[in-house]
Amino acid sequence: MWRVFFCILGRDLRLALRRRTDLLTTLFFFVIVVSLFPLGVGAEWQTLRILGPGVVWVAALLASMLALERLFAADHEDGTLEQLMLTPQPLPILVLAKVAAHWLLTGLPLVMVAPLIALQYHLPEASRITMMLSLLVGTPILSLIGAIGAALTLGLRGGGILLSLLILPLYIPVLVYGAGAVTVSAIDGADALPYFSLLGALLLLALIFSPLAAAAALRISLE
Amino acid sequence: MGSDDYSRVVLNIQWSCNSPTCVLCAFAVQIKMKLFRFFSPATFYPLAGRLTPWFAALAAATLLIGLYWGFFETPNRLGGTNPQKEYYRIIFIHVPAAWMSMWLYLVMAVYSAVGLVFNTRLSFMLARAAAPTGALFTFLALWTGALWGHPSWGTWWDWDPRLTSELILFFLYIGYLALHSAIDDPRRADRASALLAIVGLVMVPVIFWSVNCPDPNKCAALHQRSSMANMEPNILWSMLIMTFGLWMYSFVTIFMRVRNIILIREADTTWVKELVAREQ
Repeated sequence: MWRVFFCILGRDLRLALRRRTDLLTTLFFFVIVVSLFPLGVGAEWQTLRILGPGVVWVAALLASMLALERLFAADHEDGTLEQLMLTPQPLPILVLAKVAAHWLLTGLPLVMVAPLIALQYHLPEASRITMMLSLLVGTPILSLIGAIGAALTLGLRGGGILLSLLILPLYIPVLVYGAGAVTVSAIDGADALPYFSLLGALLLLALIFSPLAAAAALRISLE
Repeated sequence: MGSDDYSRVVLNIQWSCNSPTCVLCAFAVQIKMKLFRFFSPATFYPLAGRLTPWFAALAAATLLIGLYWGFFETPNRLGGTNPQKEYYRIIFIHVPAAWMSMWLYLVMAVYSAVGLVFNTRLSFMLARAAAPTGALFTFLALWTGALWGHPSWGTWWDWDPRLTSELILFFLYIGYLALHSAIDDPRRADRASALLAIVGLVMVPVIFWSVNCPDPNKCAALHQRSSMANMEPNILWSMLIMTFGLWMYSFVTIFMRVRNIILIREADTTWVKELVAREQ
């Protein structure tokens, strides 16, 4: 079973690495959105420090959501997805593999670039690490929840806008605790651990349930 | 009921594991045999048509009584630690609307789950018919809340947990309706939006908890103190009557809407054609 998982994972990674511009667009979207805020609200250090965590997390939400559209779309267009669904392997595992590949390609780059973004917002040293860690735990949840929406809106007109309507409200807990952890880490003596416990709990729940729900959604969309 | 519907029901039963020892299957089959008469759109259409005027009369009567009682027979200020003047009377619409908005989301999600499990078309139609009324009540609760907030808090909007939760509930309704209307194939639209409603129902406690408790470090008391206990019985009663009235009103709108949906979906069946021929 796990051989299938790694087979799909490897295939998706290889395909994506042959068209690297797709990867970079998500990353640069994130960087551009984050860079626009200081131009809009003014470059006061104090303001930026307060706004930073929330802005970065909202930008991460948007970037991950924009990338979701492509999660199943290419495989749907050339018929690979239908072939995958005909295999005797459990569909949730296949979905999980695709989500894992998707996160490695779109979520992980955001985590890597987070410390640089933190510098743009003059966040203190501790917050830079916390921001990276919170994105590391939080962005997989975004990909997992988003997979359900991507499966539901597969092949629909204006799927991207629709996807944002469906998925963004469900992202709220991740946003609250992800941005909360970064904000708290800037305060001396405050404890960010409860935030990470909650994010971890969300990640575990999403890991268990969202492949099942996304697989059910794929079956509905392609029956 | 046509023989077509019957064979569909029988076919659906075979969808489950169907083992003779499986208690769940036997239970599901039994429920289905008992209820499947009313699960058929063709039977439900006239039934809903007969019930609608009764619900409408009940709704009109209770809403009139509730409004009269609330506006003229209650004290002109709300007591307690935070006395409020006449403007408190907006709770006779605001609170029932907020309660109904949450209740109807539950109704919608339960009908969606029933539809996905038993594969009954009527459940999907009822879920779809409940959504606009639920969204309307959510909007009404937000709007009346803003009207109340202005004299009371001095602002139209505040990021209070209850307000935020209600706003998110509104987004969930909008997402359900948007997904349903974006899919042309009714079967896929029904099933996809049903799944979305269930995912939403699972996420609602997590979302509301995160909104209520953004800082887990100082989240000892999860509950907002309910003010129900120190409310005057007079005020509470008229609020409950209003809630009942809005509930009956929901029955009326949902039944009327589901009748329309049934007619559109079943347009090429014999019974609808006969009905149309009779009406003309």
